[in-house]
Amino acid sequence: MGEAIIRLENVSKTFSSGQGNVEAVRNINLEIEKGDIFGIIGLSGAGKSTLVRCLNLLERPTEGRVFIGGKDITVMKPKELSILRRDIGMIFQHFNLLMQRTVLDNVTFPLEIAGESKKEARKKAVKFLETVGLAEKKEAYPAQLSGGQKQRVAIARVLASDPRILLCDEATSALDPQTTKSILELIKDINRNYGITVVIITHEMSVVQEICNKVAVLDHGNLIEKGTVEELFRSPKTEEAKKLVFSETAHIRHMHSSRQIRVVFDGKSAFEPIIGNITLELKTPVNILYANTQTINGNAEGEMILQLPDNKEIADKMVDYFKEKNLGAEEVNYVD
Amino acid sequence: MWTEQEILMILQGLWETVIIVFVSTFFGYILGLPLGVLLAVTDSEGIKPHPMLYKVLDVVTNVLRSVPFIILLVVLIPLTRAIVGKSYGTAATIVPLVIAAAPFIARMVESSIKEVDHGVIEAAQSMGAGTMTIVTKVLVAEARTSLLVGVTIAFGTILGYSAMAGAVGGGGLGSIAIRYGYNRWQPHILWPSVIILVLLVQLFQILGMKISKNLDRRRT
Ligand SMILES: Nc1ncnc2c1ncn2[C@@H]1O[C@H](COP(=O)(O)OP(=O)(O)O)[C@@H](O)[C@H]1O
Ligand SMILES: [Mg+2]
Repeated sequence: MGEAIIRLENVSKTFSSGQGNVEAVRNINLEIEKGDIFGIIGLSGAGKSTLVRCLNLLERPTEGRVFIGGKDITVMKPKELSILRRDIGMIFQHFNLLMQRTVLDNVTFPLEIAGESKKEARKKAVKFLETVGLAEKKEAYPAQLSGGQKQRVAIARVLASDPRILLCDEATSALDPQTTKSILELIKDINRNYGITVVIITHEMSVVQEICNKVAVLDHGNLIEKGTVEELFRSPKTEEAKKLVFSETAHIRHMHSSRQIRVVFDGKSAFEPIIGNITLELKTPVNILYANTQTINGNAEGEMILQLPDNKEIADKMVDYFKEKNLGAEEVNYVD
Repeated sequence: MWTEQEILMILQGLWETVIIVFVSTFFGYILGLPLGVLLAVTDSEGIKPHPMLYKVLDVVTNVLRSVPFIILLVVLIPLTRAIVGKSYGTAATIVPLVIAAAPFIARMVESSIKEVDHGVIEAAQSMGAGTMTIVTKVLVAEARTSLLVGVTIAFGTILGYSAMAGAVGGGGLGSIAIRYGYNRWQPHILWPSVIILVLLVQLFQILGMKISKNLDRRRT
């Protein structure tokens, strides 16, 4: 157990308006350890943005306490909070760059806020633009950049204030898969090289699998599951979590009306013989609808969707067989 | 067809008009810019909501804006006298123009600033920027194109008002147009004055838009 750099105690946030109250976040308890890349996953409207904004008090919780590095930030004075915020970088879905400033001057912005001289700030900024691979664009304006490049500028801007924590609110949701991958790589590098703790907000399981080591599932403002990414990927417990984990294969399962089973295996388990064995034992062929391998935390994790035979007896036997082999088998008949 | 004296008079009028409009726009912004920023900042959606202060500024701005300029001119005579010592002439025109323009400028500033993307403000807040830093480096800086368009509009409006001020003894081309064109019906004075006024507005419109466009980095 490392030390908790972020700790939430009974954090709730209720928005009140003329139309009534919205409980965006309900009674959350959470610890994020130093060096973690912590994912918070949930469907749209689950309260993810609200929760992450409670971590730097862009949103003030209506109840509960938020500890950063052991200090309760909900009782800090504005000045203290301003200084603390320099320690917590944030990147956004829509990048939020200053459109009237050059790339370089966007990166110097947090340094200006901290009171550094323009000259010193520029020198540093160039260095961070090199880190994100955009030094040659320093005189360009954000409007002249692609989405991925804009996010790189935003990351350089965060690095400029030398933070301990990086919050990412749907930071790759506006990007194509290729660019998403490269931005996630960059975030991983930053986590490794600078020792920055990262909190990733996303609605995509693939993002969590790609980069996070721990994950929490948020649903209607409630934290319904938390653990390692492997645990969630192998055996999501709640219906809501299953929906998120299985969402990547939804289109495949949609096309087939028969019973289906999802089997998860790691790179070490000899999977081929199992499929072979079951075919021999039950004298029924198995139809593979989908198979994929992903790297989660450096381990290969495979996922298969199998179509079960129409014969109920054989199908049940098959399910039992996979469950026995501890392959995280789960029937995934489409429930959406 | 014009005597040298008449030409000199029109040129003199043009010069006065330019002075009146420039100085009035300048002081209009000295009052209107902070007022507009304050309106945008204290609004319920602003970065430092303050319902009471907003309400007060909102009402004052609206009341001032709804008084017809010609009435304001008369009502403000004592104030004008107190500030410039007399109630007619070039300098005297500037006082009511500033008072009339400020609330109108404030509204334009307010709406320009409210156009700034909220995400960018949030990013600045997440970096620990204080209210003043956000006002100067984010709100005003990011809204600069829209603010400059506002300046050209203010300029045109103040020019129009200044012509009206001519009716009650203000200086400038407006006053010439009224005194010679209307009171004595001398079309050869009236029309050049009017045409120069129109050209002046056009010139500033074009210039303002050009500068504002050149300063805009949001497009590639
Ligand atoms: N400023 C706000 N005022 C009122 N309701 C809000 C506000 N921000 C978010 N909400 C509501 O809180 C809920 C959670 O929103 P959000 O945190 O943005 O979810 P997510 O990021 O998971 O999509 C939604 O129902 C949303 O409408
Ligand atoms: Mg969100």
